[in-house]
Amino acid sequence: MEQIEFDYPAAKRRIMKKAHVGVVGSGDMEVLMEPTQNEGAHVSITTSVDGFQSSWKAVFDRFFSRFDGAVHIRINDAGATPGSVMLRLEQAVEVINQ
Amino acid sequence: MNQTNIIPEFVSRQSFIELDARRRAQSLFDEGTWKELVGPFDRMESPWLPLQGIAPQFDDGCIVIKGKIGGMPAVAIALEGAFQGGSIGEVSGAKMTAALDLATKDSEAGKRTAAILLLETGGVRLQEANLGLAAVAEVISSVLALRPHAPVITLIAGTVGCFGGMSLAAGVSSYVVMTREARLGLNGPEVIEQESGIDEFDSSDRALIWAIHGGEQRVGMELADALVEDDAEKIRATIRGYVQADLRPEYRSQQVELYRDRIAALDASEQIDPMSLRQRWNNKTTGGLR
Repeated sequence: MEQIEFDYPAAKRRIMKKAHVGVVGSGDMEVLMEPTQNEGAHVSITTSVDGFQSSWKAVFDRFFSRFDGAVHIRINDAGATPGSVMLRLEQAVEVINQ
Repeated sequence: MNQTNIIPEFVSRQSFIELDARRRAQSLFDEGTWKELVGPFDRMESPWLPLQGIAPQFDDGCIVIKGKIGGMPAVAIALEGAFQGGSIGEVSGAKMTAALDLATKDSEAGKRTAAILLLETGGVRLQEANLGLAAVAEVISSVLALRPHAPVITLIAGTVGCFGGMSLAAGVSSYVVMTREARLGLNGPEVIEQESGIDEFDSSDRALIWAIHGGEQRVGMELADALVEDDAEKIRATIRGYVQADLRPEYRSQQVELYRDRIAALDASEQIDPMSLRQRWNNKTTGGLR
């Protein structure tokens, strides 16, 4: 198991709502997306699959190239592929934008 | 019924099995009356799983929702089968017990609060060992405390089914509702095969497994009360009926003599098939001796 943390200081837009999507089932993950009072966004990942820090970084770099909300993202992961990770993140954004 | 009538009904229905545990529980309540207790944002995770290299879940796979069903107070406790096989650990067990105890407290104070257990579980979470076993004991004693005051309804929709320690909680419930896809048993098929050999039980034989553990057989043997279709609207109506139902005068778990007699009357020298067992057990008066 691995803990991974990222910061995206440029994401400063204030967010009002919070979101929870997904299940920690095999090949899937859950994400909590909550507004933060800090400057910028923070990502905390707990994953049961070790050694994929660079893949996580690539997914979040791309995600924060299009999303600028000041949020704290927490993830529990049971081996979601990068494609599934992005889908779950977009699902959470959809809830926040509702 | 001809084919053109069947297909639209099949296509337009909302499957219950396809919903996750949270949506299953939500779908049972009157609209706008429910709220989730100790939800994922409270982050009550298992402290034991990360120590063993396993990612936890923010709600520990146990979802508690309080609200009204058919205008009456109720609490639904749902286990998420996709997370660690719906297994019961320290945190999920404590959530379940606390929810049942609060329902008992409300019921004793004159506000009858039914509990619905949505069980998709293999039983005790092995990684939490004795804490999981303790949780099963606590859940059972909390069900026993609530059922004289308000109905405790177990709903097993599938496809994980309900096995191990939590099948005991199903056994002491007031009412058990199952779909054809659901299974209920103390030991799962693979455990039986491992312990007694493939001649005793072939865990790769799906037809055999469902003929013995499946909802249709369990209702046929009167170990469960209602067989429902995998249709969210129909399940909701069935649960509403039981929430409003009278308390049972006698529970299955109190009929020790009846079940002892039934088992004693079985002739194990020949192979007993599920259908004949169903016919014998369904007879309440003779203990299946006819």
